[in-house]
Amino acid sequence: MMFVPGNNPGMMADAHIYGPDSIMLDLEDSVTMAEKDAARLLVHNALKSIDYGDTEMVVRINPLNTPYGRKDVEAVVKAGVDVIRMPKTETADEVRELEAEIIKVEEELGCVGRTQIMAAIESALGIVNAYEIATASKRMMGIALGAEDYTANLKTPRTLEGSELLLARETIVVAARAAGIACFDTVYSNLDDMETFRKEVELIKNLGFDGKSIINPRQIQVVNEVFAPKQKDIDKALRIIAAIKEARAKGSGVIAVNGKMVDRPVVLRAERVVALAIASGILNEEELS
Amino acid sequence: MELKNAVAGTLESGDIMIQIGPGEGLQVELQSSVAAQFGRQIKSVITETLQGLGVSDAFVKATDKGALDCTIRARVTAAAVRATGKDVWK
Repeated sequence: MMFVPGNNPGMMADAHIYGPDSIMLDLEDSVTMAEKDAARLLVHNALKSIDYGDTEMVVRINPLNTPYGRKDVEAVVKAGVDVIRMPKTETADEVRELEAEIIKVEEELGCVGRTQIMAAIESALGIVNAYEIATASKRMMGIALGAEDYTANLKTPRTLEGSELLLARETIVVAARAAGIACFDTVYSNLDDMETFRKEVELIKNLGFDGKSIINPRQIQVVNEVFAPKQKDIDKALRIIAAIKEARAKGSGVIAVNGKMVDRPVVLRAERVVALAIASGILNEEELS
Repeated sequence: MELKNAVAGTLESGDIMIQIGPGEGLQVELQSSVAAQFGRQIKSVITETLQGLGVSDAFVKATDKGALDCTIRARVTAAAVRATGKDVWK
């Protein structure tokens, strides 16, 4: 998910060319108060006019308790945004309040249920309430960590190895999995240190995150390389799936592949590897079926 | 509709700066490196956007840096909203 400032029309026009899975146009922290009105109009018109192809379009709105939040919701829902990202989410009630605002606009348009919600969790209270936030609405498609505000709230600096974020990251993954939605890690903003960035992406992938927020097209390749499964893992996953299909046809639930027992959790992990391989463009879904 | 002087947009690549103020009818002065190819189209987007907002009398100075039509519409609307004090959102 690539962050793009909502007041920069040049970046908004070109962002999808670099091939991020999703683009988050930002109306919040990257836009000064004096430019909130103009950025909102830019984002509205860009969403309506620019062909972003199958890139998922997300807009980070301003909090609803500011003079900008409700106008942001109206503008982006009217433009057909896929997902609204709510910043600094601390309670499930805030998600429901946003949902009510979305419904108002969708009813006017006659498209109730179209807009999804992603909640950014950026405080200790948000982490404590992560599962309630994740399950606050059927529109919730994911939760994300916002580490800068979170570490400020914890009264700790942000370190290179990220030990201060471990509990928050694991809580978000567990809450998302329990709720059956996606989870996204925070940004890494030092573009000159790609080595630490790669280590961070490896860490969050192993923790179970579905993706990483990025701030520059240069970071896309690293995320894709880390998240794309290795060929030997894909081959193994395909063997497992083929074997379990064959076993099911024969009425058996447990089989062995290369001498190792294969049961349901192993199959689920194999299916995840294949799904990532398809998402990474390594495997073709049509050829598999 | 009474207009104050107002500005929206920047001079960065891909953007357009719109300066709007009182005028008689819709007058657009355009400065653009692609004026020869797209000048008529840019002016037409500016005037159509203003007409859509109910602005029929204004002088507009537009300095274009290669903006897409959607950017032109957004910047003209922002300038008009700032000039009239009448927002497009509820």
